[in-house]
Amino acid sequence: MRGSTAVGAGNGKVAVLSGKGGTGKTLLSVNLAAVAGGALYLDCDVEEPNGHLFFRPTDVREEEISVKIPTLDASKCTGCRKCVDFCKFNALALIRNKPFLFEEVCHSCGGCALVCPEKALGEKDKVTGRVQRGVSGDVAVHTGTLNTGEASGIPIIRNLLAGAAAEEKSFTFIDCPPGSACIVMESIKDADYCLLVAEPTLFGVHNLNMVYELVRIFHKPYGAVLNKCIGGENPAEAFCLEHGIPILGRIPFDSALGSLSADAKIAAREDAGFHALFSSLLENVREEVRRETASDPQR
Amino acid sequence: MKIVVPVDENKLESSVCFSFGRAPYFLIYDTEAKTGRFLSNAAAASQGGAGIKAAQAVVDSGATALLTPRCGENAAAVLKAADVKLYQTAAGSAMENVTAFLAGKLPPLGEIHAGFHGRGGR
Repeated sequence: MRGSTAVGAGNGKVAVLSGKGGTGKTLLSVNLAAVAGGALYLDCDVEEPNGHLFFRPTDVREEEISVKIPTLDASKCTGCRKCVDFCKFNALALIRNKPFLFEEVCHSCGGCALVCPEKALGEKDKVTGRVQRGVSGDVAVHTGTLNTGEASGIPIIRNLLAGAAAEEKSFTFIDCPPGSACIVMESIKDADYCLLVAEPTLFGVHNLNMVYELVRIFHKPYGAVLNKCIGGENPAEAFCLEHGIPILGRIPFDSALGSLSADAKIAAREDAGFHALFSSLLENVREEVRRETASDPQR
Repeated sequence: MKIVVPVDENKLESSVCFSFGRAPYFLIYDTEAKTGRFLSNAAAASQGGAGIKAAQAVVDSGATALLTPRCGENAAAVLKAADVKLYQTAAGSAMENVTAFLAGKLPPLGEIHAGFHGRGGR
């Protein structure tokens, strides 16, 4: 499956993930994209995309993302109930002998229309979000946004990943949603490498373990970045050492970095020291991606 | 008329279940025959849409009233469309609530909650 993705020397798709929010996925992916030179930044955290707050992209093109939901031709419906019984998501109820749709429960599988013997069910588009594509300096910034109240961000992530395939970029950084649910699986499925961001706490270890298990299930090569590092004991580091997870870098718990982020500034673009920090991290990532894509990915 | 109560156990002296959509059983009480039967709630284990499916079962039972401690918005939409009236249960067993309802002592269910929609709830 990797053979389908052409990965030249020194480039690749890097997914940045963590078991919970606020760990530093956006900090890391935004800054890596900023120092990579001609990179693509994909914000797949569609429930709360925030990378654009840092990049402030211009020349933004917007595309609406729709899913299909069923429509009813009541004159053809006999109330046979096959559609209601078929729907495993319980999005349909039969009331007064006609199906009644709960749009936000519908998963757009199309099954109800297939099983309808009277061809009374059709399909229509329902907009569930949007993808915006712009630029910020030499970085292409693609952002997915799911409308509030919608069930699934996956169609938006699929659109983002398909759009990424069309771009010729040095690196693609995929800023994933937090956690390890299906929306994260969708975000990492095309990735050549997974970067796990971890906090130096026991809670951080628990969350690191969630994404560590996920990337192993997906047979993705992986490495960790330890964020918010303070002196002394780091349970996340101990976890990495115990499980043989390569540590590609450490980001200090630094008030200057916090202040820049709080002002929606990209640290690597503002400060030579942070530029050097993220550049050195990028070199480690580049080396790992090169090594992993050259060798057997099923490690 | 038939009335439905979500219950924790399949007996008349069972407590009323705190959840409608995820109740293990429904008591379907026939007020003319003065008998109750119990329906296993197939929606209890649903990943999502449990309230919709449970409400469908209530509608299909032919009941015209549901006695419940609370009800989510999707379930309420199904019940309303099918003209099933909702009443708020009080302390006591399922049968005690049926008796209270027949005596006109249960108020209509005022508050419809927004539902948990995959977020669990209590």
